[in-house]
Amino acid sequence: MLDKNGIAQRIAKEVKDGYYVNLGIGIPTLVANFVRDDIEVEFQSENGVLGMGPFPFEGEEDPDVINAGKQTITTLPGASFFDSATSFGMIRGQHVHLTILGAMEVAENGDIANWKIPGKMVKGMGGAMDLVASAENIIVAMTHTNKAGKSKLLKRCTLPLTGVGCVKKIVTNLAVLEVKANGFHLLERAPGVTVEEIKKATEGHLVVPDEVPEMLL
Amino acid sequence: MIHKTVANVQKALEGVQDGMTFMLGGFGLCGIPENAIGELVRLKIKGITCISNNAGVDDFGLGLLLQNHQIQKMISSYVGENDEFERQMLSGELEVELTPQGTLAEKCRAAQSGFPAFYTPAGYGTEVAIGKETREFNGKMYVLEEAYQADFAFVKAWKGDHAGNLIFKGTARNFNPCMCGAAKITVAEVEELLPAGSLDPNEIHIPGIFVQRIFQGEHFEKRIEQRTVRRIENA
Repeated sequence: MLDKNGIAQRIAKEVKDGYYVNLGIGIPTLVANFVRDDIEVEFQSENGVLGMGPFPFEGEEDPDVINAGKQTITTLPGASFFDSATSFGMIRGQHVHLTILGAMEVAENGDIANWKIPGKMVKGMGGAMDLVASAENIIVAMTHTNKAGKSKLLKRCTLPLTGVGCVKKIVTNLAVLEVKANGFHLLERAPGVTVEEIKKATEGHLVVPDEVPEMLL
Repeated sequence: MIHKTVANVQKALEGVQDGMTFMLGGFGLCGIPENAIGELVRLKIKGITCISNNAGVDDFGLGLLLQNHQIQKMISSYVGENDEFERQMLSGELEVELTPQGTLAEKCRAAQSGFPAFYTPAGYGTEVAIGKETREFNGKMYVLEEAYQADFAFVKAWKGDHAGNLIFKGTARNFNPCMCGAAKITVAEVEELLPAGSLDPNEIHIPGIFVQRIFQGEHFEKRIEQRTVRRIENA
């Protein structure tokens, strides 16, 4: 089974040379730490920066330079700043190649819910609805089950939707799965995890091929 | 040159009234019009509708207006950093319209640019699209979203000149340029107000035509919401 860093490490393998990538808050943010350093990638933050670098050294924080998580950041050579409309133009216009974000639920038809728990959590969707409705390539990073042990890979989402039919790939602590017309296709198992364990943790329709390789990190 | 400078924040906010709709720039606490917010608190303007991506924190930014119950309706994309906000929303004191971030930005830009509405894929099939017209273009579904209508836009820039030209810094740019010219009156507060001719016309982000009033802001606190650093020894 993978921890948060393991999930991020596996997703980092999906990041290809020349990609502009938008990373969501939480596990997706960790992906930047594992991207190979022999490829060229630029990270976009939807509040208005391309070419995001690491956190600043102590004493070098600039209140005018933050990411979408409101954290102080630095920029790398080649970086640019822009306004919010331009930023979402990049996203809706599909100039950003890959979006990695977290989710509370994903359904076997690719629906995703990650912004609202009625009566409990009312923080808002931020840029998530724009991102999932627009991106050609969306990878969801999440745990396979919630804290109560219930599956987050469902037949249908129970929470208010963020987007419909948009998730293509999911990397969890147990598996890598692809969303296709007939459900979740199991591509890889996390180290030490059996197909049976993945079946048990998946409520939605799971398509299991004869051979399910263990993922390489 | 058409002169846009006003003497201070009091002059800049002349004409604000109870029940008006205001646009306020900023993302989190980054690039917010601190001076204008302070003056709205002092004026005790009530029944405000605020169009702003976030709602500040409990004791800073728009949180100050919330504490005084000056806001009637909040139009935002994300409001997660403010306990008082959540309390007022759950108790029904505060009306809230949550809008996808890119849609919020574009509803400002549409107002700025003379578009009454536009189609966006964001929110299709979700509760955001309820009651809205939808339409298919090239096999994909879109939602019709209307431009905002606001009385004042309060924005914050880094540098400005007496002609109202603006330059923003870093990610403090965010929604500020989109809101310029998107309301009946745009008020810009700047860290550095310069004579016309001091800024290179090639470097201007927002031409002065979109700004009605500009003033030298004071005491910018620029509070950092999430101070994150790496240690030098780990570098």
